[in-house]
Amino acid sequence: MIVAKTLYFSTLFSLVLTLAAAGSEYIIIQSTTSTQNSGLLSAILPKFEAHSGIKARVVAVGTGQALRNAQNGDGDVLLVHARAAEDAFVSDGWGVQRFDVMYNDFVVVGPAEDPAKIFDMQNTTKALSQIAQKEALFVSRGDDSGTHKAEKRLWSETLVDTVSASGTWYRETGSGMGATLNMAASMEAYTLTDRASWLSFANKRNLVVLVQGDIRLFNQYGVIAVNPHKHPNVDAEGAQAFIDWLIGPEGQSAILNFRPNDTQLFFPNAQR
Amino acid sequence: MQNFAESFWFSLTLIVTGDSELWSIVILSLQVSLTAVLLAALIGVPTGALLAFGKFRGCQAITIFVNSLMGLPPVVVGLCVYLILSSSGPLGVLGLLYTPTAMIIAQTILIAPIIAALSRETIQAVHEEYRDQFTSLCLSNWQRLQALLWEARFPLLTALLAGFGRAIAEVGAVMIVGGNINHLTRVMTTSIALETSKGNLSLALALGTILVLIAILVNAAVAVIGMRRHEAMHV
Repeated sequence: MIVAKTLYFSTLFSLVLTLAAAGSEYIIIQSTTSTQNSGLLSAILPKFEAHSGIKARVVAVGTGQALRNAQNGDGDVLLVHARAAEDAFVSDGWGVQRFDVMYNDFVVVGPAEDPAKIFDMQNTTKALSQIAQKEALFVSRGDDSGTHKAEKRLWSETLVDTVSASGTWYRETGSGMGATLNMAASMEAYTLTDRASWLSFANKRNLVVLVQGDIRLFNQYGVIAVNPHKHPNVDAEGAQAFIDWLIGPEGQSAILNFRPNDTQLFFPNAQR
Repeated sequence: MQNFAESFWFSLTLIVTGDSELWSIVILSLQVSLTAVLLAALIGVPTGALLAFGKFRGCQAITIFVNSLMGLPPVVVGLCVYLILSSSGPLGVLGLLYTPTAMIIAQTILIAPIIAALSRETIQAVHEEYRDQFTSLCLSNWQRLQALLWEARFPLLTALLAGFGRAIAEVGAVMIVGGNINHLTRVMTTSIALETSKGNLSLALALGTILVLIAILVNAAVAVIGMRRHEAMHV
C-alpha cells in the first residue's frame, strides 16, 4: 500500500511539475528521424541549451509529418530535408523563412549478391530502371518523408510505373527509415536511404551500399521557424534563437565536429 | 535463439548496472500507466456497475457499444487525442500536447472501456449469485451495490490489471501524443520502437524483457496484497 501511495503521490507531483513547466522556456523542434537516429541532435543540442538557456524538445518524425504537425502549430521550428515541400511551406505562409543548414547524400543499398547488377553505377536513374527491369525487390518508405519524396523524384526520371508495380517487386512499407531498412535487410531488397541513417543503422545483415556519389543523390537539410502569425502559441523568439545558433559559427562547427566512428555524417553549409 | 538468450542477459545487465536513464524511463512508464488505470477505474467501474444493474432503456445497446470499444486501435485513439490537443484543436490552448498528461489522457480513453466491460461482466455474475439472498434480506439498491462491489473486489482488481497491461504495453497512441521526447515523454514502449528503428535489436529486446518483468512484478504485488487480505478475513 505504501508503494502504491508513494507512486500515486509522485504521479500527482509530476503532473503538477508538468503543468508548471509549461510556463518555462523550451522550444519544440519538429525534426526528421535521420538527425535523431544518427545521434546528431543529442550531440549538438546540449551546446545550444548551454548557449541560450532554452531547452530543446525533439519530436522526430518523417519530413511530411513534421511539416503537417508544424502547420497545426505543434512545434516552433522545423529541421527537415525536402526542399520543394519546405519552399511551399514558407510560400503558403506557414513558415517565416527557410535556411540551408547542412547536407549529406542518399545511397542505394541492397543485398551484396546484387541481383540487378547495379553496383558502382554512376547514374542512379539507370540503376533504378535496371532494378525495375529485373523486377528485383525494392522497398520504398511510402510515408511522404523527405527520403520518400527524393525516391519518388528519382523514379519520376525513369520510365518505370511504380504505382502499378506496387505490391509486386516494388513494396511500400509506410514506415520510418529504420523499419524500412530492417525490412530490406530481411527481404534482401534494395532501398534508398540517407547516409547518416545508414551508417548508424546496426542491423545491416547482408545489405551493402551499391550506388553513391551521383549528384542526383544530394540531400540538403533546411531549418524553418514556424510563423507566429498563424499560431500565436509559437515561441518565435526561441525558434529564431535556435536558427541563429544553428546556422551561425557555433552550430555549424558543432555539426562539423559530430564525427561518430571518425565518419562525417553531416556537412554544414549554411550561407552566412 | 541466440538472440533471445543474449538479450535476456543484456537486460539483466541493464537492470543491475542501474542506468539512471533507463530508470527514469521505467518510472515515467509506471507513472503514466498507473495514473491512467486510476482514472479509467473511476470512470469504468461505476459505468460497469450501472450497466450490470441496468434496467433502463438502451442498456443492452450501451453494453454492446462499450464491449466494442475494447477493441479501439491505439493509433486511432492517439490520433483523436492529437487532433483535440493540437494547437489548432479545440483544447490546444491548454498546451498539453507532447506532455505526460497527454499520454495519460490517451491511455485512459483506451482502457476505460476495458475496465467498464469487465466490471459489468463481473458485477453481473456476482449479482446473479446473490440475487435471491438480497431479495430475502430486502436490501435497497444502494446496499446491494455496496455488497456486490465488496464481493467482486478481487475480479475487479483483475479487470484493473487487464487495463494496466494494455496501457503499459501500448505504443501507437503515446508515440503520437507524447512525441517520444527524450527525458520528457519517452516511455518503455516508445524506447523499444526507437531502438528497433535504429537496428539495435538486442537492446530493444532487452528493454522488452524489462517491460515484461515489470508487468510480472505489478501482477505479483497485486496477487500478494489479495492473498494477505484473504488470509486476514479468515483469521
